[in-house]
Amino acid sequence: MEKELIIKVDHVSMKFNLASEKFDSLKEYIIKSLKKQVSYNEFWALKDVSFEVYRGESLGLIGLNGSGKSTMLKTIAGVLKPTKGSVSVFGTVAPLIELGAGFDFDLTARENIFLNGALLGYSREMMNSYYDEIVEFSELQNFMDVPVKNFSSGMVSRLAFAIATIGTPDIMIVDEVLSVGDFRFQQKCEARIRSMMDRGTTILFVSHSIEQVESICNKVVWLDHGVLKRFGDAEPICSEYKNS
Amino acid sequence: MSRYIQNFLKFRPLLSELVSRDIKIKYRRSVLGVLWTLLNPLLMMIILSVVFSNLFKFDVENFPLYLLSGQIVFNFYSESTSSAMSAITGNAALIKKVYVPKYLFVISRVFSSFINLMASFTALLLVMMAMRSELHWTVMLSPIPLMLLVLFSLGVGMILSAVTVKFRDIMHLYSVFLTALTYLTPVIYPMSILPGWLYKIVMLNPLTNILMMFRDVMINNMVFSIGQLIVAVVETVVFLIIGFYVFYRNQDQFILNI
Repeated sequence: MEKELIIKVDHVSMKFNLASEKFDSLKEYIIKSLKKQVSYNEFWALKDVSFEVYRGESLGLIGLNGSGKSTMLKTIAGVLKPTKGSVSVFGTVAPLIELGAGFDFDLTARENIFLNGALLGYSREMMNSYYDEIVEFSELQNFMDVPVKNFSSGMVSRLAFAIATIGTPDIMIVDEVLSVGDFRFQQKCEARIRSMMDRGTTILFVSHSIEQVESICNKVVWLDHGVLKRFGDAEPICSEYKNS
Repeated sequence: MSRYIQNFLKFRPLLSELVSRDIKIKYRRSVLGVLWTLLNPLLMMIILSVVFSNLFKFDVENFPLYLLSGQIVFNFYSESTSSAMSAITGNAALIKKVYVPKYLFVISRVFSSFINLMASFTALLLVMMAMRSELHWTVMLSPIPLMLLVLFSLGVGMILSAVTVKFRDIMHLYSVFLTALTYLTPVIYPMSILPGWLYKIVMLNPLTNILMMFRDVMINNMVFSIGQLIVAVVETVVFLIIGFYVFYRNQDQFILNI
């Protein structure tokens, strides 16, 4: 079977200008540009990273804190535009970066379901048809009319996870989210991710738990200070990572 | 181009969700709820018309209505542009995490103000009826200046929101500018009291033209001239184009600055 390319990361570099030299005010900007002091403290979060992902694969991103995993995911999700190189994505992306990012805490859970769905680009009718499934999965039947600000963090992430995993997106981004909730819910989430994988969804998975990466992913990208250290099959790289 | 339209259509539901969120949150936990959108401008107008039918009197026929129509236009402009200005910085948390076409946040802010504009417009009609002032057929033309006003404010809002991301000073500067603009727009005074040089400056203000068109059809029983219409359309289109251009050129930098 011909493998179908779904994500192509082509020599991506990402530069940030560090906050020390950020100017928020017009006055500062003018004074500094007059004095020719607009120097930037550059920081390359990603340096010339390239890899390809094919449909149905599941890719794990591993690396220490600050190695550029989240930056990589954000460029794939389209939130960040790479300074150099390009990211091509052939399909729909459902981001699951930091659960609850799209919630308005003054609104009730019910209203947030529709708001969050709209953020992911789903119409109201579609959200209506998924509504019961979301409520059931999040196990929040009794709390749908409660403002989310009164929720516990576990409840928020349960709801967010249930919303983000509806439908069958082509690509699903899972960033450090399986560590939330109690043990039973974690298992439920993992089962849900697996069933999405069975339906052909490509998973991009970030976790500090190497065991989880090993059990879910078949390909791994290992980033080290923004540089691609290894890319390939999960098993050998994971064992090398554990030993490093 | 078609890619942009497709993208817009995909996220169109988000626009209505964002607008309805703004309205819902504003009136959450109030007994009368959404009714306040109408009640608020209505009560304000009643106070203003009581005050100004007895206090200051410029040589204007039916001064309260003159003032109220001016206020509707100017308040919309000032409310929509100042809330659009913070649309990007205010939604920073979201923009950093999920991909959403960013101009939607600006449009949704202008739209929420537009709903308030509709409510104030209804309130104005109610006040006009209560004052037994005649409603002319020309009122039917009022959507034209109002639409131009909304699009004009959207253009300005786009520019402001993009610039604010880089220079937060604009927020403080703009509120001062708005105060100056209040007096450079014939909201409270008739154009006839202005000395020649000031008259020219006030006429340069794009809002003046739109406001005069609005007043003509609402209270003067006149149809605005073709010349006025052309000027307003040109100004609106120019600001819209500049707005979208500035926004588009800068939008990839937003995330690095918020």
